[in-house]
Amino acid sequence: MGNAIEAAGIVIENLSLAFGATEVLKGVNLKIEPGEFFAFLGPSGSGKSTLLRSIAGFGPTPKGRILIGGNDIAGLPPWSRDVGMVFQSYALWPHMTVSQNVAFGLEERKVARPEINDRVSDALALVGLSDFAGRRPSQLSGGQQQRVALARTIVVRPKVLLLDEPLSNLDANLRTQMRREILALQRKLHLTTIFVTHDQEEANTMAERMAVLDQGVIQQVGAPMELYDNPENTFVAGFLGTANIFEGKIEKKGKALAFHSRSGMKLPLVSGAAGPAHIIIRPQNIKLSAPGKKPAGAKAIEGTVMEMEFLGETIRYEIALGTKESLLVDTSHHQNQKHFSAGDKVGVDIDAGRIITITK
Amino acid sequence: MSIFSRTQRGPAILGIIIAVFLLIFLIFPVLKVIYVAFQDPDTGALTLVNFSDFFSASLFRESFYNSFYVASASVVIATLFAVPLAYFTTRFNFSGAVLIQTLGIVPLIMPPFVGAVAMKLLFGTNGSFNLLFDEWFGINVPFMEGLNGVILVESIHYFPFILINLSAALNNIDRAMEESAQNLGSNGMRLFRRIVFPLAMPGYVAGAALVFIKVFDDLGTPLLLDVNKMLAPQAYLRISSIGISDPMGYVISVILIGFSLFALWTSTLAMRGRDYSTVQKGGGGLAKRDLRPWEKVGCYAVVIFILLLVLSPHVGLLLLSFGTVWSFSVLPDAYTVAHYTQMIASSGQFITNTLLYAGLAALFDVVIGTAIAYIVWRTGLPGRKWLDYMATGALAVPGVVIGIGYLRSFNDINLPWVDGSAASWWFVIVIALAIRRLPYALRACVAAIQQVSVMLEEAAENLGATKQRTVWRITVPLMTGGILAGFVTSFATASVELSATIMLVARESDAPLAFGIYEFMQSASGRGPGAALGVIAVVIVTLATYVSHRIIERGKQQQSSDHAIKEEA
Repeated sequence: MGNAIEAAGIVIENLSLAFGATEVLKGVNLKIEPGEFFAFLGPSGSGKSTLLRSIAGFGPTPKGRILIGGNDIAGLPPWSRDVGMVFQSYALWPHMTVSQNVAFGLEERKVARPEINDRVSDALALVGLSDFAGRRPSQLSGGQQQRVALARTIVVRPKVLLLDEPLSNLDANLRTQMRREILALQRKLHLTTIFVTHDQEEANTMAERMAVLDQGVIQQVGAPMELYDNPENTFVAGFLGTANIFEGKIEKKGKALAFHSRSGMKLPLVSGAAGPAHIIIRPQNIKLSAPGKKPAGAKAIEGTVMEMEFLGETIRYEIALGTKESLLVDTSHHQNQKHFSAGDKVGVDIDAGRIITITK
Repeated sequence: MSIFSRTQRGPAILGIIIAVFLLIFLIFPVLKVIYVAFQDPDTGALTLVNFSDFFSASLFRESFYNSFYVASASVVIATLFAVPLAYFTTRFNFSGAVLIQTLGIVPLIMPPFVGAVAMKLLFGTNGSFNLLFDEWFGINVPFMEGLNGVILVESIHYFPFILINLSAALNNIDRAMEESAQNLGSNGMRLFRRIVFPLAMPGYVAGAALVFIKVFDDLGTPLLLDVNKMLAPQAYLRISSIGISDPMGYVISVILIGFSLFALWTSTLAMRGRDYSTVQKGGGGLAKRDLRPWEKVGCYAVVIFILLLVLSPHVGLLLLSFGTVWSFSVLPDAYTVAHYTQMIASSGQFITNTLLYAGLAALFDVVIGTAIAYIVWRTGLPGRKWLDYMATGALAVPGVVIGIGYLRSFNDINLPWVDGSAASWWFVIVIALAIRRLPYALRACVAAIQQVSVMLEEAAENLGATKQRTVWRITVPLMTGGILAGFVTSFATASVELSATIMLVARESDAPLAFGIYEFMQSASGRGPGAALGVIAVVIVTLATYVSHRIIERGKQQQSSDHAIKEEA
């Protein structure tokens, strides 16, 4: 597979799709750069798999355009699209051996037999399965099946690689390993790749950019860290990581900005525009201190510990504030460190510079 | 064709061809039969006069009553056989699984008419058992007297339908269903009445409906036992002796269809919305317990008794085929292979015809079955479900009706290469067999295609294979096991079909095995060779059934080994 393929970009314009009366995709617009590793992230039912399948040509015919390398493929049948897809369950054909599985796409493209043999053994070598060419899929482990599925797809040198929940059928250890392998393979082949996942950790670790989907609409597109730090709406904020989300309004008095929640909680802000707003506070941007002791920031709020959850590296507290609101607070855990317990009074110090405001 | 997209054109054309085939050879003949039943034989006007004629003739009223009585009584007797067996094998640790499997294929291996004459020699007034009873106790039990004989033969043959369905229903009840009832304070008879019985009921009703309809429609058994005052034999006799213009045969056909539909409707009603296969992960049937020694003896006694009874037609047939003279004696006087040599010399064509007809019919069935399964499950063609409904509808059409319908519909058509009318062409028998067995093959093909994950086909399309190429390289190869099983089932049951065949055989050189057996059994001297031919039929069907079992088992094993490896990984 030495000769790298000219990577193709993908442009999706106004794509809508409905199963009967249920609208699954509602006007999706997206641009994916050539060679990019891109993720569709969203909860189940968000339309992410449907979007991937419509790129491959499966499911009902959508409205709108799908351009790959500048050509609209939306009207083409799946077999003429040259879009490689690795299925969630791998979809290896049980009546064919590993090498027959891998050779299939080349045979359908009427490639000459000697070239087929060369390319099949190259592809199997690439995924480290040269010794398994004669086996049946049922004789392979889950990770090996995944690799065969990859080899079967990349051997035809598709313009685009689509991965549907590629890691969901693997156990935890294998998942980390396959994650790295897929990433290495993608870098090596410089293949425009889209993968679908509901797992934000997968998307964060693998994707250069990602689109967060919910209810058939793209909520936000960007690099993982960018989305985490600057979510454009409460869905993205809540879906990526843990977030304390409050609804209320921002008021400006002279130079002082402050957020007022509905139940009367008041927090000073560093930036923001006056008007109705949501604020988002990540649990790790809050510090707790024992009552009485003067905390670092002078304006600590009083709170009571309701729950304490030990998560390993961190301890997560649920803190009830005097104003009916409650907050999730993460503190890092160190060996034999003292911790708060339910019922303890604590001082809560919110880093005002790290409060995210959403004024939509 | 513009209403179909480019990729759907092929399946659409195929679907239309199949629909036309079914319309000509299933729907049209049946409608013709129904139409004629409501037609005045002289004027051709629509009328109910044929039905009033039918019910005012005491012969037909009696026939109707007899058919109903025989079918109902057979269900009762079959239930008496089936319930204890099903109960033993599902409630106790009792080596019954093998038994049930073995019993399950009995009605397939040999249709009741083949063993009917042998049963007369074993259980008749002067049969083996009555000779013994007379010697020991001085009594004579009228097992085979008139309708009793039909009931005994039919219920012995068809009770496995109840056994299989009931056992499956019982086996599908999750242990947790029973245990949660116990946990909530229910036990003993209350537990059985409120949980086990309702959960198993749909299975029983489905089996019982099947037995009822099989017996109600059966033509061969009453004919061979010389019981003519039943509906199917009356239909046959009217048509064969008076001619195809006699309306009574058509009236009877309408009644037979009506009862078939009613039985099918009952069975679907019982099953509807009650997919009671409640076994979940890690579950597995009702709790079984070990038998105490004396219980074990009792169980085995019942099982062995039933088993002997079930095998008696086969044993009788074997004795008859090897016996020299068997009359007024417990066993034949001496044994010989003369019947076999005589049979082979005189009737080799019966066997070759059967292999040809059943083979061709089964081939049509799996081709049509695969095509329908694909069209229904893999395309979005409008009206595709109707193909399935039409083909499955053949279940509700008794063989006699198909026979009469073909005679009436194709009698006036002349084909240049057929001497006589189109209805007398041997190929018409093949089509009749194919139509009658299509529902079985279709179900096998549908089950096969449902086991092929759509993703396997999408993966092929994704790699550049067109729909057609995908069908050839992925779908059909993965369906092979199911298609083969469907072929063998169709072949086995078609090779012993009698009720449609008997009406369509125009000349003896065209006759298949089942017809040959019937012809032989008409005369006392023909019984030996007839039994020999019957044994041949049983051997052919047993082999075929065994092969299909092996194919199905192998498929299951492959699947389970796939699972095992996945779980290891």
